[in-house]
Amino acid sequence: MNAPAPPAPPRLALVNVSKSFGAVQALQGVTIELYAGEVHALAGENGAGKSTVVKTFAGVHRPDTGELRLNGEPVTFHGPADAQAAGVAVIYQEPTLFPDLSVAENIFMGRQPRTSLGRIDRRAMHAAAAELFTRLGVALDPRQPARGLSIADQQVVEIAKAISRDAQVLIMDEPTAALTGQEVARLFTVTRTLQQQGCAILFISHRLEEIFELCQRVTTLRDGRWIGSELLDGLTTDDLVHRMVGRELEDLYPKQDVTPGEVALKVSRLTREGVFTDVSFQVRRGEIVALAGLVGAGRSEVARAIFGVDRWDAGEVEVGGVGLPSASPTAAMAAGLALVPEDRRQQGLVMDMSIERNMGLTQLRSLRRASGPGPLISRRAERDRARDWATRLQLKFSRLGDAVGVLSGGNQQKVVLAKWLATEPSVLIVDEPTRGIDVGTKAEVHRLLSELAAQDLAVLMISSDLPEVLGMADRVLVMHEGRLVAEIPRDQATEESVMAAATGQLKGKAAA
Amino acid sequence: MAEGRTAGGLDLGRFLRWDVVVAALLIVVFFGGAGLSPDFGNTDNLSFALGDLGEIALIALPMTLLVVCGQVDLSVASVLGLASALTGALWDAGWAFETIVPVVVLAGVVCGLINGLLVTRLGLPSLAVTIGTLSLYRGLAYVLLGTEAIAEFPQQYADLATTNVPGTPVPYPVALFVLLAIVTALVLHATGIGRSLFAIGAQEDAAFYAGIRVKRIKLVLFAVSGVVAAFAGIVYTLRYGSARADNGVGLELAVIAAVLLGGVDFDGGKGTLGGVIAGVLLIGLLRNLLMLNDVATEIQSIVTGLLLIVSVLTPRLITAAGQARARRRHRDPAAAPA
Repeated sequence: MNAPAPPAPPRLALVNVSKSFGAVQALQGVTIELYAGEVHALAGENGAGKSTVVKTFAGVHRPDTGELRLNGEPVTFHGPADAQAAGVAVIYQEPTLFPDLSVAENIFMGRQPRTSLGRIDRRAMHAAAAELFTRLGVALDPRQPARGLSIADQQVVEIAKAISRDAQVLIMDEPTAALTGQEVARLFTVTRTLQQQGCAILFISHRLEEIFELCQRVTTLRDGRWIGSELLDGLTTDDLVHRMVGRELEDLYPKQDVTPGEVALKVSRLTREGVFTDVSFQVRRGEIVALAGLVGAGRSEVARAIFGVDRWDAGEVEVGGVGLPSASPTAAMAAGLALVPEDRRQQGLVMDMSIERNMGLTQLRSLRRASGPGPLISRRAERDRARDWATRLQLKFSRLGDAVGVLSGGNQQKVVLAKWLATEPSVLIVDEPTRGIDVGTKAEVHRLLSELAAQDLAVLMISSDLPEVLGMADRVLVMHEGRLVAEIPRDQATEESVMAAATGQLKGKAAA
Repeated sequence: MAEGRTAGGLDLGRFLRWDVVVAALLIVVFFGGAGLSPDFGNTDNLSFALGDLGEIALIALPMTLLVVCGQVDLSVASVLGLASALTGALWDAGWAFETIVPVVVLAGVVCGLINGLLVTRLGLPSLAVTIGTLSLYRGLAYVLLGTEAIAEFPQQYADLATTNVPGTPVPYPVALFVLLAIVTALVLHATGIGRSLFAIGAQEDAAFYAGIRVKRIKLVLFAVSGVVAAFAGIVYTLRYGSARADNGVGLELAVIAAVLLGGVDFDGGKGTLGGVIAGVLLIGLLRNLLMLNDVATEIQSIVTGLLLIVSVLTPRLITAAGQARARRRHRDPAAAPA
C-alpha cells in the first residue's frame, strides 16, 4: 500500500513504533513518514492513537520500541524543548496564547529582538511579526492583544510563531474543529503556502472532505495499529471510512420521518443584554430542530440561558406549558429539560469520577434506596442503571468504576448523553453533540437522536457541522449576531440557504 | 472505610493505599510508643490522649467535607476562641448555662454563614475569605473578653467535657465525635450530597450543569463548620475550665494537617473520611508520645510539620514510581530481542 517514496529521506518519521500506557496498547508497529513539501493526513477514529502519534512527534512521549527519525537519522526527543529545537511545531485545536500580551509578543516570547541597550525592541518585533503575516497572506495587527482573537486567528499566531522559529515540520491536531467555513479556507491557504515553502505537514481532522481537499497522502490507524499509508488520489471517502472503522458504515444521517406533536419548548422574546436579543421559537415533540449559525452568533448562549446556567434579562421560557424561572438548572431539570453541553471536559463530565457516578450525577434523588434511611444512595441501583445505559448506547469500557477520563472522546460523549437521557427529559438540548468524535460514534449518536425524536422527545440541536444540520433537522433555525434571522424547513434547507442566513446576507425576518 | 475504591476518581487505588499507610503508621506508633514508655499504653493515658484531641477531631469532620468540595475554612480556631470568649462573657453576666449553649452555637452559625455568603454571593476564594475572618473573629473575641479569663463553670457541665462515658474509657466529647463521624462518613460516602461534594471539588462547572445546587451546598457546609467550631469552643472552655479570647490559637493548622494527612486532596474531589480519622488519631498519639517522653513542644511542631509534608508528598511519589515501573516493564521485553 506504500506510496512511492521521493529520494530524500523523510523530514520526520516514526518507524515501527509501539507505545503503551499501563495495560493500554496505544500504538503498535506504527510507521509514518512526513516528507518535505507534503501535507500528510492522519486518519482514525477516536482512540485509534492519533493523539499519541502527535505527542510522540512533539516530544511528550517516547516510543517503547521502534524509532523516531529526523532526516533519516534516529533521534530521541527528551521533551517538547528537544522537538522544538529540531524544528517540530504543533498547532493544537485550541491554542493557548498569553491573553494580555500582544500578538507580536506572543510570537517572539522568550526571543524578543533587543535594542543596543538590551531593552525589547518593539519596533523591530512588530515589523518582524508583520512580515510573517505578509508571508502567510493574512491581515493581523501585531500590536493587538491576544485576548479577543478568534480561535482561527490564534492558530495563525501559533503558525507564525512556528515559522519564526524556522519550523520544518508542522503538526496540526484538529485545527479546524472550531472554525467556520471561511476560516477553514484561510487556514488551508496558509497551509498550502507553507507546503510550497518546503514544510512537512501532518494534518488531523475528523472532517474527511477536508482531508481530501488539502492532503496528498494519508496514514490510517485503527485501535493503535497501522493500517496503511497511501496516496489520497484514487481513494474515495467510503474507502477511507472503511479503513478507519474496519467495517461498512451505515447511513451517517439516519433521520426518520416524524409527525410533530404538541409544543414542548416555547421560547418567547428571550434577551440577554449584549449577547442575544429577542429570540423566539418553539420545538414540538418528535421534532429535531437545529440551531445553526457561525461560532459566536449566540447559539450556545441561548441554550445555556434556556437551561438556567446563565440568567436572561427579558422574555419567557416554557416547557410543556409551564414557565421556567431564570438562572436555575434545578428548576429546568424538574420541568423536563436536559442539556448536553458544548464543553464535554469542563461542563459535561467530572473527568476524575467513575463512569457510573457520572451517569448518576443527574439523578441523585431517584437513586435513593427504596427502603432504609431516606437519603442513602443505593449503589446497586446506581450500577444497574449505569450498566443499562452503557448497553443501550453501546459504550466501550472495561469497568463502570473506571474514571470517565480514560474513555475516548466518543465514549465520553455517550456517557454525557446517558447521564441526561436517564433523567427522562421531554426536551433535550444538545450543543455540538458530535464535535471531535469519530465517524462511527457520530453515526450512532445520530441514530440515537433520531430514535429518541421518534419516541416523542423534542430535540434542539446546536451544530456547526452543516452536513449534520442538513441531515438531521426537521427545521433549521439560523442565528446571526445574537438574533434569530431565519427559519428554514427541511425541504428548503441547503448549504447555501443556511450559510446565507448565518453570514447575514439574508434580510429575512425573525422566525415567529 | 472500605470506601476508597470508588470515592473520588482516577487514582483511587493510590488513596486507598495511602489510607492503609496511615493506618499502618498508626499501629506502629501505638506499639512502638507502648514499648518506649510504659505509661503510654495504659487506659488512663489513652483516654486522656483521646480527650485532648476532641476539638481537633470534631472540627476535622466538617473540614473534610469542605476540602473535598474544594473549599477550606481557616477561621475555625477563631470561631472556637470567639465561642469560648462569648461563653465566658455571658456566664460572667449571670446567664444560665442552659441558655448560653444555644446562643453560642447560634453565634457559630452566624460566623459560618458570613464565611459562606462571602464565598458564594461574592465569589471570593474561601482561603482569602477565611484568612480575613480568622483575624476578624479572633478580634471580636478580644473585644468581648480582653485578656481576662473566666472560670468556675457549673460542675455538671465541666464533668461532661472531662469525664468518661460510664463503664468505658471513652470521654464524652470523643463519644460525640464517634457519633458525628458515622454521620459524616454516611453523608460523604453514601448520599447524594456526598456525591455532589466530590463532583463540585473535582469539576465545579460540570456539577453545576448537572443541576447540583453548588452555592447552597457550600453555604450550608460553612454554616456547619461554624456550628461545630463553636460547639468545640464550649467543650474546650469546659475542659480547661477557663474561657479566654486566645483559646485554641493555631488549632486550624492541626485540623488541616490531620485532614491532609488522611489523604484528602487539597485541590478537592478526592479523599475518604476513614483516612481523616486515621490522620487525626496519628497526630494525637504522636503528640501524646512526644509529650510523655518530655520532647520539647518545638520538636513536636517539627514532627507534625514533617509528617504533613510527607503525607502530601508520598501519594505523589507512589504514583510517579508506579509510572516509572510501567515504563520500564514495557521497555525491557522490547530491549531484550533487539
